Amino acid sequence: MCAKQVKKVPGQVETTGHSWDGIEEFNNPLPRWWVWVLYLTIIWGIAYTVAYPAWPLLTGHTQGVIGSDQRADVEADIKKFDDANAPIKAKLIAADLATIPANEELKTFAESAGASVFKNNCAQCHGSGAAGVQGKGYPNLLDNDWLWGGDMEAIHTTITHGIRNTTDADARYSQMPSFGKDGILDKGQIGQVVNFVRQISGQDHDAALATAGATVFADNCSACHGPEGKGDRNFGAPNLTDAIWLYGGDEATLTETVTNARFGVMPAWTGRLSEDQIRSVATYVHSLGGGE
Amino acid sequence: MWDYVKLIVLGAIAVLAAIAANYAHDLPYMVNAIVVMLAAAIAFVWELRHAGEVRVHPANEYMDGVVRAGVIATTFWGVVGFLVGVVIAFQLAFPALNLGGVTDGILNFGRLRPLHTSAVIFAFGGNALIMSAFYIVQRTCGTRLFGGNLGWFVFWGWQLMIVLAATSYVLGGSQGKEYAETVWYIDIWIAVVWVAFLLVFMGTLWNRKEPHIYVANWFLLSMIITVAMLHIVNNLAIPVSILSSQSVPVFSGVQDAMTQWWYGHNAVGFFLTAGFLGMMYYFVPKQAEKPVYSYKLSIIHFWALIFLYIWAGPHHLHYTALPEWAATLGMVFSVILWMPSWGGMINGLMTLSGAWDKLRTDPIIRMMVVSIGFYGMSTFEGPMMSIKAVNSLSHYTDWTIGHVHSGALGWNGMITFGALYFLTPRLWNREGLYSLKLVSWHFWLATIGIVLYASSMWVTGIMEGLMWREVDANGFLVNAFADTVAAKYPMYVVRGLGGVMFLSGALIMAYNLWMTVRAQPAKAAINANNAVPAE
Repeated sequence: MCAKQVKKVPGQVETTGHSWDGIEEFNNPLPRWWVWVLYLTIIWGIAYTVAYPAWPLLTGHTQGVIGSDQRADVEADIKKFDDANAPIKAKLIAADLATIPANEELKTFAESAGASVFKNNCAQCHGSGAAGVQGKGYPNLLDNDWLWGGDMEAIHTTITHGIRNTTDADARYSQMPSFGKDGILDKGQIGQVVNFVRQISGQDHDAALATAGATVFADNCSACHGPEGKGDRNFGAPNLTDAIWLYGGDEATLTETVTNARFGVMPAWTGRLSEDQIRSVATYVHSLGGGE
Repeated sequence: MWDYVKLIVLGAIAVLAAIAANYAHDLPYMVNAIVVMLAAAIAFVWELRHAGEVRVHPANEYMDGVVRAGVIATTFWGVVGFLVGVVIAFQLAFPALNLGGVTDGILNFGRLRPLHTSAVIFAFGGNALIMSAFYIVQRTCGTRLFGGNLGWFVFWGWQLMIVLAATSYVLGGSQGKEYAETVWYIDIWIAVVWVAFLLVFMGTLWNRKEPHIYVANWFLLSMIITVAMLHIVNNLAIPVSILSSQSVPVFSGVQDAMTQWWYGHNAVGFFLTAGFLGMMYYFVPKQAEKPVYSYKLSIIHFWALIFLYIWAGPHHLHYTALPEWAATLGMVFSVILWMPSWGGMINGLMTLSGAWDKLRTDPIIRMMVVSIGFYGMSTFEGPMMSIKAVNSLSHYTDWTIGHVHSGALGWNGMITFGALYFLTPRLWNREGLYSLKLVSWHFWLATIGIVLYASSMWVTGIMEGLMWREVDANGFLVNAFADTVAAKYPMYVVRGLGGVMFLSGALIMAYNLWMTVRAQPAKAAINANNAVPAE
């Protein structure tokens, strides 16, 4: 089997004469097109490495004859937009906050910049459409129901300093007591006040419990949520008479809220966002439908 | 005497592993130690029951037991790997399937993803390579596998590695290096098993009765040697403790990233390309019963391929901390690699020329043709994606995932299926396969599945790449990341369905192979016990 047995079929190339487990090999030449494309890619490769930074040397590397530098290219690209936007950013920072939504030039720029800031920084909690996450405590920013205020000044302050965080001394702050956990109210009282809240928000409720709950509410809740339960922006206390709920208006969720309280946190964005970015995103949020 | 030594060593390993499990610093280490203890105990009992038996290795017979075990293992791990792939595909479409609240993160995408990639590459692909190498090197050298039971050590050692890796991943044991997630002690074990594999293969080549080494063996040998080098260098690390799964890599920063992708790309280049080309060079001419098209082409493309592939790793790190010059070299070598890769495709397809009529009658040939077709497609797509301008769009997107799968499902999967269909009747000495019709079903399910997979990933990959880079007139980004995730949802479902089809095909294959062994009549013996034909 090891002897050279070259198969010669008329009109066909010969084999190499070897056979392994019955496998033979023809001696066909390399396909011409294959060789030429290989040569072309090699020539292109040499040319490319001459043109661009490529070969390592003892110290440093070849720079390439066309002087490419992809880091510098990116920096130039960013600088182009930064330079183009610099004048309007300066105007945005200098402007009186309340006047920005009425200023067509500033508004157009700030909304486009603010949308980008929002989608990269705020969307994680508030959703990329700014509708919040219903029932999870992330407020919907599309409606006109504001916890801490919905004019430009208020939104700007909220974004700048955040809410109930530990990093910014000027963060908006308030704390709802844990009425059940801390023993301020007993289970019966909590059931009463929950039914009262359901009554003032126009939901199914036990009338007797709700009537008893009115007193509990007046004694414990009205200081922040107001005598009629319409909320108070000074404390970030939600309006309890509408159909909009941060965590939910059903009986179980309300009981949980009264028992253990809620403590929603938002980070302060100074330091992470520049002043023009904060002003832009405030304008964007203001423009979403509920701006005051 | 030798039996006693083995028993003492196995017993000592079992005891030491039990001690290690007791003092383990972390959960993956503890569970791995228990697995080692059980493996050593099982081996101990087996040795005890078989002590004193003489295991013969007649030089005139091929050693096919270990190849049969390889066929079973390849099929089994293939189904497991595809199943995990289907699960994680649907986890991406429906995040609730992570079952985070129920399983404490064990079945999270992040844990299952390395389980899937390792199962298909190293368990399915690795077993396919080991079994094919053992089969091919014996046949083309006309000699029995070298090293007596060393082949069995390679087989069982590899299965132990797979179990260790899988249990470690789901419990959070990982080096965090893609395709090299296995922790330090599993890496050492892989190196031991792999060197044993090299010894068996080299020894068999050394003993060959043929004057020349067949081309398939060049590819297989280059795969074994290079993978050993890549694996050892990329996993150089200092363990935090002998009792911990944690380790600190010796390279840091961009050097570590470069080493990782030098390894990662060549795991593709040598494990999944060179090794599987070795399979192609044997099974395609055998099944087609045609000579290989061009000996010359096989030499040139072999040397060009192994010389060029090793440089291409930096294209995984375009536009990162990696210096521009290194990225340039990676890109240039990747593009030059195009024709050397295609040399294998040409040789495979042209070998079949003149046997095209068999496409109608032989579904195995059809599988091999599709396999070579996907090989050609993905080795064109790869160099194209390594070009910086293309990469700036494709990198980090699902396009890469689609590219990998047209290679893995199309090329590696289909050629392995072809090999399994080729080997099973021969290894179990059966009159052909149980059902060619079922092979046809497998072929169409797998092919349509791959097409769904690849095309959905092109669409979603290019879409998300365009969405990420979209800026408005003032240079501000237009889309939130979550927007791109939401936009991909329908394509994720299509991809999952493609995976289900591919998995169904593999299950049909498993059934067909099982029935071939169980129900097909034995072939009339030409000579007893599968003796090597007289030279």
